[in-house]
Amino acid sequence: MTETLPSTADARGTRVVNHGVKRQDSLEKLLGKTRYAGDFDVAGQLHARLVRSPVPSARIVSRDATAAMDVPGVVAVLFGEDVPNNDIPTNTAGIKGRPLPPSWVLAVDRVRYHGEPVALVVAENTRALAAAEALVDVEYDVLPVVSDPEAALEHDSSEVHEGGNLLSQWRIDRGDVDGAFADAPIIVEGRYEAQVVDHAYLEPETGIGWLDDEGVINIRVSTQEIEHYRRIARVVGLPDAKVRVQAPYLGGGFGGKEDMTVEPYIALAVLRTGRPVKMVWSRQESLTARAKRHPVRMHYRTAAAADGTLLAHDIQIVSDAGAYPLLSGFVLLYITLNAAGPYRCDNVRVHSRAAYTNNTPGSAFRGFGGMQPVLAYEAQIDKVADAAGLDRVEVRKANAFEAGDRIPAGQRIDTAVWLPQCIDAVLDAIGPRPVPSSPEHRVGLGLACNVQPYGRVAWMNDSASAWVGCERDGGVVVRCGVPDVGGGQVSSLAQIAAEVLHVPLEKVTVHFGDSARTPLAGRTTATRQLYMSGNAVLSAAEELRAQLVQGVVKGTGHGAADLTLAEGGVLTPDGVVPLAEVVAMCMANGVAINAMKTYFAPTGEPVRELVDSERIVPDFTFGAHAAYVEVDTRTGEVRPLRYVAAHDVGRAINPLSVRGQIEGAVVQGLGYALSERIVYDEGVNLTGAFYQYAIPTAADCPEIEVKILESGEGVGPFHARGIGEPPIGPCAATIASAVEDAVGARPTTLPMLAETVLACVDEGAAR
Amino acid sequence: MTETRYDVRLHVNGTVHDVQVPARRLLSDALRHDVGLTGTHVGCEHGVCGACTVLMDGRPVRSCLVLAVSAVDAEITTVEGLADADGSLGPVQQAFKECHGLQCGFCTPGFLTTITAGLEENPSPTPEEAREMVAGNLCRCTGYQNIVASVLRAAELRGGDA
Ligand code: FES
Ligand code: FES
Repeated sequence: MTETLPSTADARGTRVVNHGVKRQDSLEKLLGKTRYAGDFDVAGQLHARLVRSPVPSARIVSRDATAAMDVPGVVAVLFGEDVPNNDIPTNTAGIKGRPLPPSWVLAVDRVRYHGEPVALVVAENTRALAAAEALVDVEYDVLPVVSDPEAALEHDSSEVHEGGNLLSQWRIDRGDVDGAFADAPIIVEGRYEAQVVDHAYLEPETGIGWLDDEGVINIRVSTQEIEHYRRIARVVGLPDAKVRVQAPYLGGGFGGKEDMTVEPYIALAVLRTGRPVKMVWSRQESLTARAKRHPVRMHYRTAAAADGTLLAHDIQIVSDAGAYPLLSGFVLLYITLNAAGPYRCDNVRVHSRAAYTNNTPGSAFRGFGGMQPVLAYEAQIDKVADAAGLDRVEVRKANAFEAGDRIPAGQRIDTAVWLPQCIDAVLDAIGPRPVPSSPEHRVGLGLACNVQPYGRVAWMNDSASAWVGCERDGGVVVRCGVPDVGGGQVSSLAQIAAEVLHVPLEKVTVHFGDSARTPLAGRTTATRQLYMSGNAVLSAAEELRAQLVQGVVKGTGHGAADLTLAEGGVLTPDGVVPLAEVVAMCMANGVAINAMKTYFAPTGEPVRELVDSERIVPDFTFGAHAAYVEVDTRTGEVRPLRYVAAHDVGRAINPLSVRGQIEGAVVQGLGYALSERIVYDEGVNLTGAFYQYAIPTAADCPEIEVKILESGEGVGPFHARGIGEPPIGPCAATIASAVEDAVGARPTTLPMLAETVLACVDEGAAR
Repeated sequence: MTETRYDVRLHVNGTVHDVQVPARRLLSDALRHDVGLTGTHVGCEHGVCGACTVLMDGRPVRSCLVLAVSAVDAEITTVEGLADADGSLGPVQQAFKECHGLQCGFCTPGFLTTITAGLEENPSPTPEEAREMVAGNLCRCTGYQNIVASVLRAAELRGGDA
């Protein structure tokens, strides 16, 4: 059940926006007609596959492709020397004064993680490919493995990259932390640890490329960022404009298709052979070698007044970045920014560090550093409430941010903070406590809140462009370079155009995801796409609307003040002029029937010290979750029974899509809480198949109720806030809190496997 | 590498397709690449995710675990064969549309075929039975809630309660 609370944003009724419309992409998907990246074939295509390192850390002694080239059907084997620009620079945030090492398209003299690409094989068919892959002869001289991030930061550790294993660090030092601790009546402490997890989208990394008759490499690929065309062009040594990337509908992304995956390899193989090339990563490759969510260790000390008011946090965090920087510096920034949660606190010290290890590189994953600290800050506030002898709910509400407050890093919160409303919504809806199914079972209620920024970091100077135009038959076309990862990004743009231009939704066609043919709108990440491209479409459609009115002014002689847009056209004192005629009037009178606009996010200066930063992110989304779980005290099994999630989305462009995002995020968050983990043995990734990686099935999931709250304040179109990432944040903390309520002790390590929960059962019984 | 190829006659969605495939060709690959029906998706190649589920004589099978040569005698139904004769959505597809039972849609063909078979066996599932019916298929986007609702709605559309 979804309940949409009345909007306070805008008394004006909307026709299309804020209505739960059926998404435009669903029909073709249901008929099996949607062609995902792997569903395209091009006549004469070759197949490509990577030879990957079987060891996590080694010097490459020699590489030999002779035997592989002898396999009938093999066309080429490429090594790092065959790549025009083999290094992929990292533009993430690192340590001052020390350039970050690049990652390599193909490793040349050193491998640093299990599964790192070493050679690229290209063949006529997949059978030859498999045979050749096994025959590429690479000799490794195994080196020490750095597998623990804290040990990696000790000065006697082996180095993953020259110059030490510290990739990045961030600090917040606000107020007088030591002074606050010295006088505080309540001090609570905790250690928390979160694991490595995989995105596990159902569609593996896939793409196909070919050279067109203008000498442009076309790559049709499952990606969250078509603007990688620039990076691909650099790898193969072509001008940017000679690479075109198209993203058809994706089979999921969740951050795992934010970095490049198959793209540079396809481009290399196409250029080398002159023929179309397809590359499909197996599930094993995806699980073994593609970037993951960072595991973190967090140590929190929190000081509070006797009335539960938070006085100070002293927080130390270590993140395992794996073998290459990728986006680790930015993820660490988000961990640091969000470390104290959605609560006011004047004295905050955070020191966070990301370390290189020989584990799989960490990078973007839905929640992007806003996620890991929730486990810690929600446990700490519960401890504060308990120590003060106060209600946990009231302590949260009393400490919650309000609009106008500054986060510990300095930025002021400009929009409403509906955290108390979210808490009330979930507690009202969670209902009576279920009866345990046996005397050995215990039922517990959990509650957790979170804050998650949306939009990119201010000094990325983010922008998104969109083109909106009318056809002569009265249709409306949007061109916008968004990749649609499955969240309804494209359909929401159609809604916005239909709303502004007063046409039925079916009249709007959206062309999307093509770096050569649609205006660039940036990546579908950071919960930015609806916020950014939605604002671009909104302003382009508004400009077009003014042009259409102008065309009718010139065509009919009526004054603009007498004209309004109405269903299907422009309403004049003489009746409605249908859109097709409006278009004709525009064209006859020199008025353009299309408009292009670029939306620029607010920008800010890059910061090193996170204390007085006026602008780091565009805005924030807040939420609260509540759940009942049942714990089997004999086995340690935790079963979620009922789950309620509430987020203030500002205004829901499509409540159906919002609800779907929240339900999906909750289940992905339950997997993080209870079952999912990538297992390593000294850098060797042991999780290579789906049957070893337990993502939740329908049978594991509780009934989920979604509460969409609409404060009417957000910086997206129609005052929407971003909602793609925020709802995954509170899940693990919610379940930990429910387990604690059930058995009397709280899990602090993820996932909450049976042995962890049984230890809590014992600890709770001993109290 | 040349491999012996076998003439295989596949009956897919009521149409005969004569293809030449190596003995080890998987049914999923044959459907996608030889027959050209790309609605059947491959998510794991190991029989775990269910995205590749098709019906063989009405029974759901994971086409990534079946050899094409062993499917010669069966009537195969893929997602492309679930629409009604006039091309409009079949009841399970219609239910998914009404209940917003999909997001990225990559898992959807496997759910549609699985549920089509499941409702043949149990035309009026309870909510628990509906959840059980889809518990062998993975979806990473929806949280399953709307998929379970779609099962119940599809049962209604098929007139299972009548
Ligand atoms: S691809 Fe067949 S079950 Fe996953
Ligand atoms: S809708 Fe994306 S995996 Fe199910």
